[in-house]
Formats: sequence, structure tokens, C-alpha cells
Amino acid sequence: MITGERKDLEELMEIVKTYNSLAVVGCDGCVGIYQIGGFKEAESLASLLKMGDKIKNGVVQDAEAFTVIRQCDKELIEKELGGKLDKFEAIVSTACGVGVQTMAAVFEDKVVYPALNTLFMGAQDREGAELYELCKGCGDCVLHLTGGICPMTRCAKGLLNGPCGGAVDGKCEVGDYTNDCAWVLIYEKLKSMDRLDLYTTFRLPRDRRPSMSPRKLAGGAKY
Amino acid sequence: MKKIKEGKFVFTGELEPEKTTDLTELVESAKKLLGHCVACNVTDNPQSMAYMSSLVASHIVQRDSGMECVYQLRCSDRNSIALTSDLLGAGALGIRNVLALTGDHTSLGDYPGSMPVFDLDSGQLVYLIRRMVDEGVDLNGKPIEHPPRFHVGVAGNPNADPLDSEILKLKRKVEAGAEFVQTQVIFDIEIAKTFLKEMEKYKVPVLIGIFPLKNYGTADYFDKYIPGVHVPKDLLAKMKEASEIGDKKKKMERYDEINLDYYGDFVHEIAHNTSAAGIHVMAVAYERITPPLIECAKI
Repeated sequence: MITGERKDLEELMEIVKTYNSLAVVGCDGCVGIYQIGGFKEAESLASLLKMGDKIKNGVVQDAEAFTVIRQCDKELIEKELGGKLDKFEAIVSTACGVGVQTMAAVFEDKVVYPALNTLFMGAQDREGAELYELCKGCGDCVLHLTGGICPMTRCAKGLLNGPCGGAVDGKCEVGDYTNDCAWVLIYEKLKSMDRLDLYTTFRLPRDRRPSMSPRKLAGGAKY
Repeated sequence: MKKIKEGKFVFTGELEPEKTTDLTELVESAKKLLGHCVACNVTDNPQSMAYMSSLVASHIVQRDSGMECVYQLRCSDRNSIALTSDLLGAGALGIRNVLALTGDHTSLGDYPGSMPVFDLDSGQLVYLIRRMVDEGVDLNGKPIEHPPRFHVGVAGNPNADPLDSEILKLKRKVEAGAEFVQTQVIFDIEIAKTFLKEMEKYKVPVLIGIFPLKNYGTADYFDKYIPGVHVPKDLLAKMKEASEIGDKKKKMERYDEINLDYYGDFVHEIAHNTSAAGIHVMAVAYERITPPLIECAKI
């Protein structure tokens, strides 16, 4: 899922300080499931913005929370929020960058501010303590060659022919030896699968075009 | 580097251009190593520090000192266009040896917020160089007028754990066309021997990397902060003892003595009882130790 973290309250207050009324809109999709930007977080942010603004003598009088099942879907936004946000001067979205942009496309006459810094596509660890980046969306998947572990994302250097030599006890020097070296993981996994032939295969330089922005897909069939 | 191919036991040195435009000292260091080292590596933004271009430094050192250079080239800072471009430039400047490196991650250097590139990795850089040299074409097969001629080497890490994954990675690099391997720093001769044994099957010349310790501060820093590398306890203790000598000249002499004592035996053993092609002496800003060290090793 798409992950992110909320901007500092101070920064958000600075962004919205000129508005009397704000609609704070959560997303029940990825960021809602991870309790980063769902309805509860939108409610909490609305209260904090009102409260914080009083302390700083700002002008925000009214901040109300709403939510959408998925802010990346124009039809859902229109269906769930149509007409409800008219009275607000501006919108603060707690969705990812996709949600913020989709909201801005729907509410053309309002400014939509991002409450989150969108980070990456990832998942929780088993303990649920941390979210890990697992996919970069590089457009040229090699997971079938690497034991189901993505070197483009989980190797700090995105190497196709790793490891680089910068790991100690299987931990990567980038991130102060707290992250697993993806290539040690790949080696161990392929070894356990008796597929070291995949490990020893030299991979040619990549054509980077499938990862170049902006990208688009034809069609996009509706679920 | 032809001497490696001829099967002679050789020494290479290391020169580090820093954040400066003045290469006088570097050229002087290179001159001191003439006749002792067959070539000197010129580092490329080591530890991702933004230093002077290794290509420019390699050229000036070769021109002004007569020392053959091993131009180190990292993938961290350049995409495949820039790498190709610099390699063509290196060919024009008469550079004959390239050490193809992936390079440290940019976040570890003094521009930690800069963009890490890694369009290619070291193995793929070897592949690019081989295409340029052997086929006279670039990465995408376009012909090069007057293709460059390089010997291409790679780095190896005998301290890697697990070692198997490192050895298999080196197999890839050798198959891609690497002609020699220079290793990271080794203090423990048993680690060097194990590595050399493992590498024998690939039939590629390996130069064992050593790092003479200029003073106790360097030794202590190395032991504490260079990941995966430990300075032997007795060597560290001797360096500490020497650091307490009040007279500066005597202290330097004692440091030299300790290094010669330690590395003399180390290098002798590597030269006489292993398959190593030579020693890569990383005595950066301590090149005065290299000539007596070579003599002391009684090759």
C-alpha cells in the first residue's frame, strides 16, 4: 500500500493560516488502513488545527473532518463529498499525493493542501511496528529472478548485480546497519531454493524508460 | 599493468585527490613511488566525498610524475552517458587502467542529500568498458571512432560475510571481463589466504589490499569506524604504545618500525605462499613507508 507521514503541525498551520474555514478530508484507502490519514486522523488534525491556531492567534475558526473510501477515485469523491465542501474556503487532504491531486481535479475552485508527505509503496512487518518499502514500481519486475525480494527497492543502490560490499553481518551500511542487505537476503533465499544459478547470472544494464515519469497506462478498466 | 599479465609479483599504490585544485603534493607522492609500484590508483570521490575529478587527477599525475595510474571510476555519481563520456575522455588522455567501482552510497559522504545514480553497477561498468575496448562500440552498439584501450579491474571484499555471495559476485564480474581484482583492506592474513584460495578457480590476478597505519589515530579510527575491518589487538596496542613517545621523530620512526615488522612478514607470506598477483598498498599520505616495506618483505 501507499504510505506516508503527516507533516509537522507547525508547518501545516503555516500553510493554512490565512483561511477561516477548512475541510480536512481523510482517505479510508491505504493511509486509512495504516491509520496515517483516515477519518480518525482527519478528525484529530481538524481539532489540532483549530486549537493550534487559537494559540498562535490565527484566523481558522472552523475545521471539519470528512472522509472518502478512496481519494484516488474521482467518482467516489463526487459521490461522497458532492456539495458538502462548498462552505469551506480550502481543503486539507490527509490522503497520499494521488488523492490530493484527484481532490484538486474535482474541486477546481478550491486549493487542496497536502497534510501528508507521501513516502512509498510498502507493507507492515509481522509485528506491525514498522512499514517497509517493498516496491518502486520500476516497470520491469525481476522478482522471479531474485527469490521474491526486490533489489531495485530494497537494495539502497538498486543494484541488479549485488551485493556491493557495503554490508556487515547482513546489514546495509546505508541506514546505519539497521536494514537488511537485500542481496544477502536474495543470496540466502536462492541458496535455500537451490537456485544459485539465478544469483550467478550477470544482469545487463537496464533500459530505464519503463520507470521514467510521467507514466500512463492505456485503458484503466473500472473494477 | 602489463607486468601483472606477465606474472610478476607487483605492488600498486593509492593516491587520493581531495577538495583542492592543487595536485602538487599528489604528484610528489607519486614520484616517491616510482620504481616501487607499477601503478597507482587514483581514488574517485572516496566515501562519497565531493573531491577533485579522478580523471583529471589521473591525467595530471601521469603527465607530471610519470607514474602509470589506475583511474578509479564510480557508478554512484554518473549515469551511463556520463560514464561513457568520461571513459572516452580517459582514452584521449592516455589512461590505460580503469578500476570499475559501484561506489559508496551518496548519503554516506559530505553531500548526503545528493541524488545517488547507480544507473550501472560495477559489473555493468566492466561490461560497458569491454564493449568499448573489445568491440569498439558503446553500450547500445554505436561505433566509436578510435576506441579506447583499457585494462579493467574490479574491487573484491575478502571480509564479506557471507563470503560465498561475494565470491559468486566476483565470478560475474570476471565473466563480464574484469582483468584484475584489488581487494579491500585486509589485516588478517588468514582472511587473505581463504579469499585467494576461493578465487583461484577464476584465474584472475588478485592484488591483496593492505593499509599501513600512519599513526595510532588512524589505527584506532580504522578499528572503530571501518565496518567489517578490525585491526589486530596486538598491532593496535603497539601503535598506542608508540603514540605515547614524546619525541616526534622517534615516534614516527617507531610507527614505521611497527608497520615494517607487521607488513614485512605479511607481504612476504602472501608473495611466497599464495596465488596473489601482488599487493595494493593503500598508504595514502604515508607513501614513505612503501619502499622500505617492499624491501622488508624480501620478495
